[in-house]
Amino acid sequence: MKVEQISVFLENRAGRLGEVTRLLAEAGINIRALSLADTSDFGILRLIVTDHEKAKKVLKEGGFTVGRTNVVAAEVEDKPGGLHHILDVLSKNEVNVEYMYAFVQQSGKNAVLIFRFDRTDQAIEVLQKNGVRIIPGKEIYSI
Amino acid sequence: MMYEVENETMPREELETLQLKRLQYLVEKLYHNVPFYREKFNERGLKPEHVKSLKDLQYLPFTAKQDLRNNYPYGLFASPKENIVRIHASSGTTGKATVVGYTQRDVDTWARLMARCLMAAGGSRQDMVHNAYGYGLFTGGLGMHYGAEKLGATIMPFSGGGTRRQVMLMKDFGSTILCSTPSYAIKLYETILASGMTPEDLKLRIGIFGAEPWSEGMRQEIQSKLGLKAYDIYGLSEIMGPGVAIECKEAQNGLHIWEDHFIPEIIDPETCEVLPMGATGELVITTITKEGIPLIRYRTRDITALNPVPCKCGRTHIRMERIKGRSDDMLIIRGVNVFPSQIESILLDTHGLTSHYQLIIRRQGSMDTLEAQVEVDEKLFSDKIKHLQKIEAKIQKDIKEFLGITAKVSLVEPQSIERSQGKAKRVIDLR
Repeated sequence: MKVEQISVFLENRAGRLGEVTRLLAEAGINIRALSLADTSDFGILRLIVTDHEKAKKVLKEGGFTVGRTNVVAAEVEDKPGGLHHILDVLSKNEVNVEYMYAFVQQSGKNAVLIFRFDRTDQAIEVLQKNGVRIIPGKEIYSI
Repeated sequence: MMYEVENETMPREELETLQLKRLQYLVEKLYHNVPFYREKFNERGLKPEHVKSLKDLQYLPFTAKQDLRNNYPYGLFASPKENIVRIHASSGTTGKATVVGYTQRDVDTWARLMARCLMAAGGSRQDMVHNAYGYGLFTGGLGMHYGAEKLGATIMPFSGGGTRRQVMLMKDFGSTILCSTPSYAIKLYETILASGMTPEDLKLRIGIFGAEPWSEGMRQEIQSKLGLKAYDIYGLSEIMGPGVAIECKEAQNGLHIWEDHFIPEIIDPETCEVLPMGATGELVITTITKEGIPLIRYRTRDITALNPVPCKCGRTHIRMERIKGRSDDMLIIRGVNVFPSQIESILLDTHGLTSHYQLIIRRQGSMDTLEAQVEVDEKLFSDKIKHLQKIEAKIQKDIKEFLGITAKVSLVEPQSIERSQGKAKRVIDLR
């Protein structure tokens, strides 16, 4: 039920993000979702891609430090209160969110929320019990 | 003016006779009291009685900083612990500091030599000595302190930090002699201006600067900015602390080494051969009157040359040139000694990091800054920002704790640190 996310360490210098996208483009890898967290001197790029094994390999060969993390993709109706419902469920069950980002599916009906939890398995259980659909990795990679 | 005219102007022949007598006594004492030296002598088949002239010094073994570390903390002390009245230590990671001990006589000698230094620079009992050298295990603060008291001047133990307050009190208290690192002197000048004052509002007339390398150009700059005469002072904790050598007011050209207490030699740092008089090489010092931790042929790693030309001030003690550099990789940053290996050991021992790192030293305005760049490898990396920020903060805290210096820690991408022949360049000194 988990989704593989790759994360890349970036210095805050011109052209570093462009270098990542160039390597992925040349390898024919499509980016499904991304988020960039930054501080004054470095950033962490988090990506969900069509082929994470290959993405990790080309980025490593390109000299980047790459990490892999399990995240959870939850589906929510694309309407007011959708995200709030999920966060409410998590909060009542005392599940802590490390970070999250979201994207809207092409069909336009549903949004996908990507969550990084400390206790991933417990989080999945809580979400499923409360009727939230968890999107399997395979489905995300091939959207 | 001289604090000890007879000693400071002792005819060379008499001075050398005194040196030999003291050296022979020292060798005898170390051979019987310090196992480290006895072993070194035995390895070479040397006996104390083999030292028959000052020339025989070149056959004696060297002492290195590592020898002090290997015998940490008190292994090289030559006096019983109950006779030691003071301990000083240089920066170092846990268990690796170099520790020195002083008997009451050592502390008194140090004060007298510092008093000589103050007077050689033109100081007297009338002076108000503003001491901005750090107080603590570092020898700078207390070394200057007792010398000024011995001279009978008024010492004001400011230590480092609180620059605006120092400037205010410098005016109110009427400081006439400033003792600090040369870079701090420039910082004080900038703070004087920023406080709406000018150096004319102050009574400063003499500056005694040391604990970090500085150039003739920097001397001219400090002299014209602060309106005082600036003198270079030299010392190191292993030998005594500040006050081993100083420039005199009359010549302001080369530092007189107090030869009735120290024998200087210049060696080739590679071959360890003694170089002819006047040649540039590594300064080696033998302490001939110390009791706590006397050292034979201590390798200072400082590069200089000796000048035997008699000085117009009348002192017969030899002069050394201003320090030109180091024969090892030690960095002096804001008066603090930093070895790249110490940073490495913080990364490795404290954080388990085998990452590449690089130290960048810059001069920003008047102050030197240290940046430690650490490459982020997979072991260190995390997808969480707070995790990486925690690592940065922890490394910075450890550097501050172990080395006493604030460094900016930056995480950088792998391979951003330049490597030559597979080996990373550890230090970039942009000063």
